Amino acid sequence: MIRVALRQFRTEGVIGLGLLVVFAIVLAITGPHLAHVYDAFESSCRAARDCATAPNPVLNLDKPLQGALPFVVAIAPALVGLFFGASLIARELETGTFRLAWTQSVTRRRWLAVKLGLVGVASMAIGGLLTWMADWWASPLDAVNQNRFGVANFSFHGVAPIGYAAFAFALGAAAGVLLRRTVAAMAVTGAGFVAARLAVTYWVRPHLASPVHEFLPLATASGPGFVFGEAQGTMYLNAYTQNGFHTPAIGQVALTAPLVKVPNGWVYSTTALDKAGHAPTSHYLFQTCPVIKQLSNQLAASAPNTPGAKPDAINACITKLASTIHTIVSYQPASRFWPFQWAEMGIFLAAALALCGLTYWWLRRLYA
Amino acid sequence: MTAVLEASGLGKRYGHKWALSECTLVIPAGKVVGLVGPNGAGKTTLLELSVGLLRPDAGSIAVLGGQPGTSPSQLARVGFVAQETPTYAGMSTRDRLWLGARMNPSWDEALAEARIEQLGLDSRQKAGKLSGGQRAQLALTLAVAKRPELLLLDEPVARLDPLARREFLQGLMEVVAEHGASVILSSHLVADLERVCDYLVVLVDSRVRLAGDIDELLASHHLLTGPRHDRDALPHDQQVISESHTDKQSSLVVRADDPILDPSWSVEQLDLEDLVLAYMSHEVEADRRPKLEVRS
Amino acid sequence: MIEFHLNKRSGVAPYQQIVQQVRHALRLGFLDVDDQLPTVKEVVATVAINPNTVLKAYKELEHLGLVAARPGVGTFVIRTLSDDSLAAHGPLRHDLKRWLEKARQAGLDEESIEALFRDVLWSTSAQGVA
Repeated sequence: MIRVALRQFRTEGVIGLGLLVVFAIVLAITGPHLAHVYDAFESSCRAARDCATAPNPVLNLDKPLQGALPFVVAIAPALVGLFFGASLIARELETGTFRLAWTQSVTRRRWLAVKLGLVGVASMAIGGLLTWMADWWASPLDAVNQNRFGVANFSFHGVAPIGYAAFAFALGAAAGVLLRRTVAAMAVTGAGFVAARLAVTYWVRPHLASPVHEFLPLATASGPGFVFGEAQGTMYLNAYTQNGFHTPAIGQVALTAPLVKVPNGWVYSTTALDKAGHAPTSHYLFQTCPVIKQLSNQLAASAPNTPGAKPDAINACITKLASTIHTIVSYQPASRFWPFQWAEMGIFLAAALALCGLTYWWLRRLYA
Repeated sequence: MTAVLEASGLGKRYGHKWALSECTLVIPAGKVVGLVGPNGAGKTTLLELSVGLLRPDAGSIAVLGGQPGTSPSQLARVGFVAQETPTYAGMSTRDRLWLGARMNPSWDEALAEARIEQLGLDSRQKAGKLSGGQRAQLALTLAVAKRPELLLLDEPVARLDPLARREFLQGLMEVVAEHGASVILSSHLVADLERVCDYLVVLVDSRVRLAGDIDELLASHHLLTGPRHDRDALPHDQQVISESHTDKQSSLVVRADDPILDPSWSVEQLDLEDLVLAYMSHEVEADRRPKLEVRS
Repeated sequence: MIEFHLNKRSGVAPYQQIVQQVRHALRLGFLDVDDQLPTVKEVVATVAINPNTVLKAYKELEHLGLVAARPGVGTFVIRTLSDDSLAAHGPLRHDLKRWLEKARQAGLDEESIEALFRDVLWSTSAQGVA
């Protein structure tokens, strides 16, 4: 039965392998150059002692590929699900060949187990290999950006994509049995996969472990700033706003915390709070720093939304506020990257197994 | 002699509609069974239940003494050719034989190849390019090569031209003569089956109307024509299957084990098609005995 | 080797038709003692009928003492129905052909020829001539 399943999978398998090989060749050609540029720059900036500030030219290399890579790694599992999974059983049901396949001397259970197992493993292998190659290629960039754990990048590194591929495949197979039409199953698989990925990324992953809270002084290199609610619209003074930030009412001001970068960590939020844990009120801010009232009027007169160099008066104001207000960073430390990866892979693998069980149960229920 | 198929109160429904209901049959081994009935009567349902492609919703069924489709050995003993002979269109004949060999431990490669050669099929040709007759013959070869004890064929000749039909039946009979398999083949035309069948099951509207050995059925049914009679005027052991009356004349199809001695009747033998038609129009008995079985 | 055919419309049971065709062949000398009858498989491969029908026919022929089955080899003729009169068949055939020509020229159709022949056959056999 194993060889039969392989034979039936031959066309898709060859195409998948071919694409993988093309991908590998493209990366193999461009990858070493990237690493070389990175290394060269590192040694030169060390000599010039400006590593912290000078931009690494590797960021400008192969820009199209830099953009395409996450895309490819993102859609590969979905494609695997669509083309390997959705057609696996649906095609046999659609064309009636199941009447041939299930009247040989192979039981339903064995037939399904081998088909799901073989193609499932192939899907996971493709997902894993693709991610591993992309990881290797992008390692110089990762070394510069140090943002592996961020929401955007997490899904394109490590082992989680293996779980995505398994899940997409199992979803395709289940949709195939339920809908009995290949095209409809593909549509459902695509939509379901996207929905599941979004759900896990935004509703599950943040809660896998409680974030670490750390206290930092208020003033750092980038920020803090002020946000003014004005009649003609919100105005920003050196402010970086994050998700969930409430713009102040007209005539009010709010203090925004500086951006904090945790190398290879995942920052949830930074907030400016006093020792009691409350955000400073507009009234308190105007009281402590009367100068910001003047600034807001000036800003209203000229162009709004100007984050830029702070006037010295603002710096003095910030120093004053720093005695009572500090920054609280909520984040996952870099050391948790791999546990999170394994956890996410585990979630999707478990879902894949559940879907395989559903596929088997539904098949037996419908047919015998 | 053991039965190849034993069904008891067997039923299958789709939604609220029963495709097969209260089916009770005991089909003996060593026969070529014709399963006859109009389209939608439940023939495909019965065959697919027998081969484990469907799960019963009522009653039970045993094939060759076992539950259909449950174990590799059970699956190996029953060959199936589905309606419209589904094929993997992109696979060549040779690939298809390979598939059969790998999926059936009891596969007889020599037999399969001999038949392919006898049929004159090019082993490299893709299944999608075969003619209807060739596909039917290939499907039969694939079902037969695993040496089953029972062969089930769902409307195998429905779409074939007369020559292809004749060749298919010749091939099928050769298989029966050589390997002694029991066969159940279905059709909505009696004419397709009467050359080759020696046992008959008539299915109409999801129910079995008639089941029995053809020679015995033909011997025990008679066509009576004569002056206008009421059906109740007949003796009890003569069961009226179908009747038609004009104001002066009556024609009755009657089942009786003893000879008809009433001189007012002209008694004739029926041919198989007329017999089947008589049962197709016969209303099911009020006491819910769904079929008349001729016991051997 | 004899080849069988099935006439569905004749009203005669298939196995009887085979028996009759064998007897017919024996009478006309197409089959002689020690000739082998086709195997069941060969028969059904040319005439698509149930093998049991053929078996039944061969059993009947055995019962009539005309054939015998040799296990593992086949079914063979053991008695013929033609007799010395077979030699007379040739000239009789010739005469019959001429008679038929005459009958056709006289305007008789097939049905009339058959009716005439049967009538004479029966009436003469009733008189004890045969």
